[in-house]
Amino acid sequence: MDVASAKLIGAGLAAIGVGAASLGVGFVFGSFLQSAIRNPAASDGQQGRLYIGFAAAELLGLMAFAVAMLILFASK
Amino acid sequence: MAAGPDIDPMHQFVIEPIFGSFGHNNPFVFTNSALWTLIVLGTIWLFMFGGMKRELIPGRWQVAVEGLIGFVDDMVNVSIGPEGKRYLPWVFTSFVFLLFANLMGNMPFGIISAAHPFTVTSQFTFTGVMSIITFAIVLGVGFWKHGLHFLSLFVPKDAPFIFKIFITPIELISFLVRPFSLGLRPFIAMFAGHVLLDVFGNFVVQALNAHSAGGIGITILCFLFIMFVSMIELLVAAIQAYVFAILTSLYISEAVNLH
Repeated sequence: MDVASAKLIGAGLAAIGVGAASLGVGFVFGSFLQSAIRNPAASDGQQGRLYIGFAAAELLGLMAFAVAMLILFASK
Repeated sequence: MAAGPDIDPMHQFVIEPIFGSFGHNNPFVFTNSALWTLIVLGTIWLFMFGGMKRELIPGRWQVAVEGLIGFVDDMVNVSIGPEGKRYLPWVFTSFVFLLFANLMGNMPFGIISAAHPFTVTSQFTFTGVMSIITFAIVLGVGFWKHGLHFLSLFVPKDAPFIFKIFITPIELISFLVRPFSLGLRPFIAMFAGHVLLDVFGNFVVQALNAHSAGGIGITILCFLFIMFVSMIELLVAAIQAYVFAILTSLYISEAVNLH
């Protein structure tokens, strides 16, 4: 296998991480909704924490995207 | 690779000189990045200036500006506490700059003329410097207020001794990674969205050039997808600015209040 095709396969494998992060983001919003529907009065105060959790989960997906881009365009 | 023109999604992020050139010993070049930074700052200035007339009965514009300030003020007060007012200027500046820069980068000015918007926040230099400023504030405030006692931020308070040995290095590494992750997040989010839009925009043109029934179908599908992604991008632009601001106030709050 030459380096160019190995690079493409590697970038494709790195993109799996983006899908894994989507599970995390879905879990954050899903569990927020579950508890917010049980107690709607308290949900407004937790918006900040919701977005902090969202940011932490999303960051790992963005990292996976960055790794894929580095493999594709930055590695010689 | 498939036949046909190459898709080059990275071309939109190239910094090109407008006046001057990248020659030897010439660091002062007016680039497209500088131009769009000035445009973003000018837009912010116009927006804020129009709403700061301090009329007794506020008009729509003043309500918009005061609502924005009140939103950030609430966020800072909730996360930092009574001392939050001091740190409002930086949190508000970073929030408004990121919001306007992200949104301006998504504007379809390319339809009117050849002036495609350049997203200044799609460069790590910009967001990286913003996160460096945030952590300069965090370290400065932390060491100035608490002295060397600031280092107790890394030690969990009410934990058994054996836990403290393991948790403290993890907390330290987590703190060291934060400036990197804080700046990386808005940059990658903008970068990824623009690459996606560029790739699918190329698909529209290439499928239209195929001159077949299947090509037309792919064109329509890709075009609908672009519209969907553009709306998501507007949402992401606002969310990333909000996340940067709320994480900044959270980190400052840790430095001010220690736990």
